[in-house]
Amino acid sequence: MWAIGKTRAIRTIIRSSCEDSLKENAVLIENQKTGKTTSAVYEHPYIVRLCHWLNTIALFVMIGSGLQIFRAFPSFGAKIPEKTLVNWPKSLALGGWLGGALQWHLTFMWIYLGTGLLYFGYQIFSGNYRQILFTWKDVPGVWPMVRHYFFFGPKPVQHGAYNPLQKQAYTSAIILGVLSVLTGLAVWKPIQFSWLAWLIGGFHWARLWHFLTMWGILAFVAGHLIMVVLHGWQNFASMFTGWKKDPDYLSE
Amino acid sequence: MQSPIESRKFKSTTRRELLKLTPLIALGAFAVPKLQEPLLKSGLSFSDWMSKGLFRRHHLATTFSDSQLTPLDKFYVNTYDVDDPEVDLEHWTLKVGGAVQKAGDYTLASIQALPKFTQNTRHVCVEGWDVIGRFGGARLSDFLHMIGADTSARFITVRCADDYYESLDMPTALHPQSLLCYEMYDQPLTREHGAPLRLRIPTKIGYKQAKYITSLSVTNVLKNVGYWEDQGYSDYYSL
Repeated sequence: MWAIGKTRAIRTIIRSSCEDSLKENAVLIENQKTGKTTSAVYEHPYIVRLCHWLNTIALFVMIGSGLQIFRAFPSFGAKIPEKTLVNWPKSLALGGWLGGALQWHLTFMWIYLGTGLLYFGYQIFSGNYRQILFTWKDVPGVWPMVRHYFFFGPKPVQHGAYNPLQKQAYTSAIILGVLSVLTGLAVWKPIQFSWLAWLIGGFHWARLWHFLTMWGILAFVAGHLIMVVLHGWQNFASMFTGWKKDPDYLSE
Repeated sequence: MQSPIESRKFKSTTRRELLKLTPLIALGAFAVPKLQEPLLKSGLSFSDWMSKGLFRRHHLATTFSDSQLTPLDKFYVNTYDVDDPEVDLEHWTLKVGGAVQKAGDYTLASIQALPKFTQNTRHVCVEGWDVIGRFGGARLSDFLHMIGADTSARFITVRCADDYYESLDMPTALHPQSLLCYEMYDQPLTREHGAPLRLRIPTKIGYKQAKYITSLSVTNVLKNVGYWEDQGYSDYYSL
């Protein structure tokens, strides 16, 4: 009881400090030489930043070695006759040969999973997930954002740190991350996790889903990188320091 | 909003936050040629250790109906060397040694005298392809009891007519679906599939399914794990 009570209390404190109240947490920075002031907000807690970069490295290794593993049997059909689906250049792959790629894949999957679990635990415990979780409330805001990004529409007013489209992208990325682990487990251990393999249609489908999940994640990464470039240095730097100077939502 | 803070102070705050990420540099060790191999080896060992934890002695591999079988002519023949090491089937015996009470040469008939089990199970190659085959043979655990094997020993090892070699951990060897297989698709093993005797361990990856085995030993110490394992593949690879 005590533990639950305490957890709730801490949650409430953290929630009130991060949920849509970034404006309240903004600080003013004064340059004493010029007298100019700028504002800044601590947007990304340490655990989130650490997990972000660990996961970025792990993801890079998982995709590289995964491509090398795929090269050993670049198909989703039968072995006889084997119909090669696609065979990308070795330069895109990591590990050099199947055994080497498996070493990378089976080593970094633990880092990938570990950062995922740490991130999950932190987000849920701290309540910080509200920043990025896409909910029904965000649905009406999606179209105006799409119009703004792709069809030169007016910029909708932003309330939290992230707009509905961003929330949708981040929530999808997390779902894809979970799927990549689940489908991966079904490929790695189709017998010990037979229920999981069965759930996604057996070993063959598990392999295909695992592959498709990778493309989904790559699609997110591509969009993510474009947005990072468009949003400039301060936004990029905030994933290293946690602090974002002059965020848009403060000026509105 | 609180009262303004000095930009110098803010800079030191952001610098401190940035420095907190320095542990990430440790991953750079994977890029150091000298460290890369031992690091990946220990990563693979950790993975194997987790695999051992996930293995359940009595959890059975999925079995399939006859209509789901891959036809025998579509069952890929995978060898590392020769498809047919020209075993003299007439005079073949299995040499048994190590931590057993009844070491010696065992004929195929003595293995076939044990209760026969037939099962349709999935064979998964480390490359990613798989086939569903019908395998018949004696339970490895029955054979181990017949030869008076010390089942508290850690491993069994096999050697093959083509100089291939493999090993199995004892819990897997004792699994009810682990077979000394002498039949595929209700016919005696063909030469390319490992006549006269092969391992059929449905809870393990393809390279553990050694063909044309000529000797079997029970041991606590492995000098070599297996042909592919010794080149860098997982020692334990269970499915």
